[in-house]
Amino acid sequence: MNPNNYLYLSAVLFSIGAVGVLVRRNAIVVFMCIELMLNASNLAFVSFARVWGNLDGQVIAFFVMVVAAAEVVIGLAIVMTIFRTRRSASVDEANLLKY
Amino acid sequence: MNGTLAAAAGSFEIPTLEYSALAPILIVLGAAVVGVLIESFVAQAMRRNAQLVVTFAALVGAFVAVVLARGTQQIVALGSVAIDGPTLFMQGSILVLAAMAALVMAERQVDPAGDSFAPRASALPGSEDEQAFTRLGWLQTEVWPLFLFSVGGMLLFPASTDLLTMFVALEVLSLPLYIMAGLARRRRLLSQEAALKYFMLGAFSSAFFLYGTALLYGFAGTVSLSGIADALTKSADNMGLVLGGLGLLSVGLLFKISAAPFHQWTPDVYQGSPTSVTGFMAACTKVAAFGALLRVMYVAFGGIRWDWRPMMYVIAALTMIVGTIFALTQTDIKRLLAYSSIAQAGFMLVGVIATNQAGLEGTMVYLLAYGVATIGAFAIVTLVRDASGEATHLSQWAGLGKRSPVVASAFALFLLAFAGIPLTSGFTAKFAVFTAGISGGAAPVVVIGVVASAVAAFFYVRVIVVMFFNEPSADSGPSVVVPSAFTTLAITVAVAITVVIGVLPQVIFNLASQAGLFVR
Repeated sequence: MNPNNYLYLSAVLFSIGAVGVLVRRNAIVVFMCIELMLNASNLAFVSFARVWGNLDGQVIAFFVMVVAAAEVVIGLAIVMTIFRTRRSASVDEANLLKY
Repeated sequence: MNGTLAAAAGSFEIPTLEYSALAPILIVLGAAVVGVLIESFVAQAMRRNAQLVVTFAALVGAFVAVVLARGTQQIVALGSVAIDGPTLFMQGSILVLAAMAALVMAERQVDPAGDSFAPRASALPGSEDEQAFTRLGWLQTEVWPLFLFSVGGMLLFPASTDLLTMFVALEVLSLPLYIMAGLARRRRLLSQEAALKYFMLGAFSSAFFLYGTALLYGFAGTVSLSGIADALTKSADNMGLVLGGLGLLSVGLLFKISAAPFHQWTPDVYQGSPTSVTGFMAACTKVAAFGALLRVMYVAFGGIRWDWRPMMYVIAALTMIVGTIFALTQTDIKRLLAYSSIAQAGFMLVGVIATNQAGLEGTMVYLLAYGVATIGAFAIVTLVRDASGEATHLSQWAGLGKRSPVVASAFALFLLAFAGIPLTSGFTAKFAVFTAGISGGAAPVVVIGVVASAVAAFFYVRVIVVMFFNEPSADSGPSVVVPSAFTTLAITVAVAITVVIGVLPQVIFNLASQAGLFVR
């Protein structure tokens, strides 16, 4: 049960999320990738809490969950509005604003 | 079982809150909750007036609380919020700027259909529902509680002394802004697209902020800024965690101040959002985010400034260069102001790099001067309109100085302030950060800054030339609408503050120097 392994896992998850945000096209999938990044941070917090033997990291993970839930509400509302207007949730088609 | 519970209860300390020091934040957030209740319980016809009363009462009340708290130097709320001179200066600036932005948002005489927000954001653009809502004259009032929540987050952001509070404040200030960006009454597709882009990139950057926090927690075992500073003085092990954490944390903060290379969202979001909201987010978010950046860099990482200064050198120089070069090619006035705000962020970063008392003071004065001129400039953009809404193409502004000399002169004054011409606030502020930068040993960045200012002056003056020396286009171009007292007051205050800081800089510098340094 070496905590380092959990840290490596969290770094991998964070990277998968970050790459997903950059390469995926569907706004919902992009959004899920961002959530993956937040949860990777949570895993890192909890593992570090174990390393240090204090509770701060675990408490922070709860805060992050609440914030992530609030973010989901806002994000899905915005994606819904865009989808109803354009019949598409692709982030590539939202291209009216440029240059 | 009872015994363990009693032991646990015995070791539990009842938390104490210093209500007087926290009053500005509590007043604004409390008023936001009252605003939500107004949405539920007050009749449609009276909501707007009720919301306006609550909003302005909260902003004025919070400002009075900031003034009353002057001289406070303490850490409150169980060590998570610092109420010190710089915090109070920035909270005061945010409240003044937010009040001016609220005046512009409350305007309803400029657009013949109502105010600048979509009557119901859920109605499809161009649908029969939307037309019916417009015909009924319904107004968007939910924007006011959102506005107050955002202001509350901004007041907390520069005051937070630990990274968790800072993260929560960051989200509290950002989430309402994402929605407000999508609420424009006209050009709703652009507005919704701006909201989507702002949300996606904002959430992406706050995830970086969070992972940076996790790495710093791994290094120090605590997320408090002073705890991280102490851990840095104790051991030089695990510097990888520190530098990685600091880098990721900076991504989140630099995104909010729209520094290159994290500036890509700025022009799109500034162009697509309702113009009154653009003024608010351009001015107030920047104050709050610079406040947080300054606190992180000065309090937690002041001891290892030699490690992060090279990175900030590059970012400051890149921000100034990208902002000015791209602004040169813009033809849309809102995009031009967006790139100009990127360039201004680069100039302000010089004050952050200085890491001395003068740098802190200069940045705070610069933020106020920039914010005031920005809100004034965007308020004027709301007034220049044609049949389809705001006329934002630069060619439509030709000859504006001949038809509406007062409005065009006020806009010219704000542009000169951005350019840093003497006797305007911009000169005072720019002089202060550049002097601080040289005394702080950042001379190369200051040289780039001076060159960038010279290039920037070109495109600011180009707009002035278009307004005053070009002939108006032959066909019926846009006209300047006469606003109600709300916008007039906001623009007048902006002109007054811009001139006063330019002519009597000692007034504002006395305030800034009394603010002192960050409490640890």
